[in-house]
Amino acid sequence: MAFDTKDIFVFIQHRQGQIAEGSLQLLGKSRELVAAIPGFSVVGVLLGQEAEPLAQAVFDGGADKVILVDSPRLSRYSTQHYTTALTEIIKTHKPDTVLMAATVIGRDLAPRVAARVNTGLTADATQIEVDTASPDAGMLLVTRPAFGGNLFGTIVCPKTRPQMSTIRPHVFDALKTPYTGKRELVRQEVAFEAGDQVRLVRHLPKKEKAVDLSKAHVILSGGRGMKDAYDLVLKTAQEIGATPGASRALVDAGIAPKTLQVGQTGTTVKPRVYIAVGISGAVQHTAGMDKSDLIIAVNSDPQAAIFQVAHVGLVAEGQKVLPLLKEELLKAAAK
Amino acid sequence: MNIIVLVKQVPDTTEMSVDKETGTLLRAGVPAICNPDDLAAVEEALKLKDQLGAHVRVLCMGPRQAEPMLMELRGMGADEVTLISDRAFAGSDTWATSNTLAAAISLYPYDLIIAGRQAIDGDTAQVGPQTAEKLGLPQITLVTQILSCQEGVIRVIKEYEDYSEELEADLPLLITCVAGNNTPRHGRVDWMWESFVTPVDTLNNQNLKLDARHTGLSGSPTLVKKTFPRTLTGSQEVKAVAPAEAAEIIAAYLAPYLQKGGK
Repeated sequence: MAFDTKDIFVFIQHRQGQIAEGSLQLLGKSRELVAAIPGFSVVGVLLGQEAEPLAQAVFDGGADKVILVDSPRLSRYSTQHYTTALTEIIKTHKPDTVLMAATVIGRDLAPRVAARVNTGLTADATQIEVDTASPDAGMLLVTRPAFGGNLFGTIVCPKTRPQMSTIRPHVFDALKTPYTGKRELVRQEVAFEAGDQVRLVRHLPKKEKAVDLSKAHVILSGGRGMKDAYDLVLKTAQEIGATPGASRALVDAGIAPKTLQVGQTGTTVKPRVYIAVGISGAVQHTAGMDKSDLIIAVNSDPQAAIFQVAHVGLVAEGQKVLPLLKEELLKAAAK
Repeated sequence: MNIIVLVKQVPDTTEMSVDKETGTLLRAGVPAICNPDDLAAVEEALKLKDQLGAHVRVLCMGPRQAEPMLMELRGMGADEVTLISDRAFAGSDTWATSNTLAAAISLYPYDLIIAGRQAIDGDTAQVGPQTAEKLGLPQITLVTQILSCQEGVIRVIKEYEDYSEELEADLPLLITCVAGNNTPRHGRVDWMWESFVTPVDTLNNQNLKLDARHTGLSGSPTLVKKTFPRTLTGSQEVKAVAPAEAAEIIAAYLAPYLQKGGK
């Protein structure tokens, strides 16, 4: 099928004057992709109120062009108005590809837009490459985990354009040095609907200091084997200066908060050291942590699947090991 | 108030594993369950029914084997359960699925549609928003709490990565829920007995009359080109140790990282 579409569009998510890391990572990846597609550019889609100053960072991040929609309607994220704006941009500029980070916002907006423009969307992808064997110049092969990370599928969108995908944050790197392209800024006017279908009553900051698992250097995670002693995981993590994590089993059981869940349906992490205590190692968990630099697993079951991804496997009872850790660490530090 | 809940039957991916030798997915013996986020959606609907006296209809798209699951949901308190099942719907991606669900939903009265955020087999989180779009309804995804629902206005908490919002919207609309924010109730034994001798309503494509360009594999804009299992990465050196030795080994690995600026 021959399409008259071109370029890779990246939705730029931002808040409080900061561009989301996932968006910068996508700009970096898109530069790599367009290098293999003759005539394609990387275009940043910047929606917001007075967001123009951010355009420079979008250019630096890898965009040849930025399409800016500036409106008070876009002052905060709303499914309704952001869908209107992005749909309008797609209709006007006919992109071949639209990518966005698989954040809460990306995964709210992308399906809505894909349904409105009637095209294919691949969710939460972890790999994306140009199909050089395809007669369509910009055809992408998008790979994503399914079945809790047990299986990967490579998805294509052969019949419709744009091909759309949300991409998991932290699987690609942002550019290390600023990109210097044409730096073309295009302003677009959009006619918005009057009124907000969904109204903000109030903004609620997270009560506890938000734990950002994806940025943690050392994570101490507990699973089903620690279900009666998860407090010990939290206490030990605090003592040794690690960030606590949990498996889905503990979150589903209401023992650990969702914010601490590592895995396919939780947060994907890549710390220097990941310590898994009492975690059996279901693939939906390991899919979210197996890129960690060093994985230490403690489990009383020598057959536990977690040992298949661990660099250091210790068959021992987590409840007995953790209380000793702080002291051992002090000893090790004194050496 | 009429509430429609969307559910899917899924394999319990926690119980799933990969054959180490052949690299294939081991599905035999893996139980089929109600998708956890969808079960949370059912519970939210039943809570509203308890408080406000709503009529709760559960819709499920899938093969006939999902019928016992639907009967269990009726035993929990759902008023009606309907299975949307036809070979013509098989192989639908999220776009085609949402066309099919929207066509089914349109047959019934509704004020509120509740779906799970995502299914644990596909993990797309796309069907809720796409169904809302096809019905022309507003959506609020990732709802962690329904605060109130009265006089045609719903108030909810929606969660983002590092903050939340209290939001308000007029009915009708579609929301998606996440497991872990409520505790799904058990079925009542007497309702369960009754449910298992009462047939499940079914809808097929004679009812929905969907074009092959809009449902099933032929109607799906995305195609799965290939699948492959995950490869393992660990060094897999495993040894049994006393707790003190385990703590010492971990400390030896950990000390350099924690000294250089900790977390």
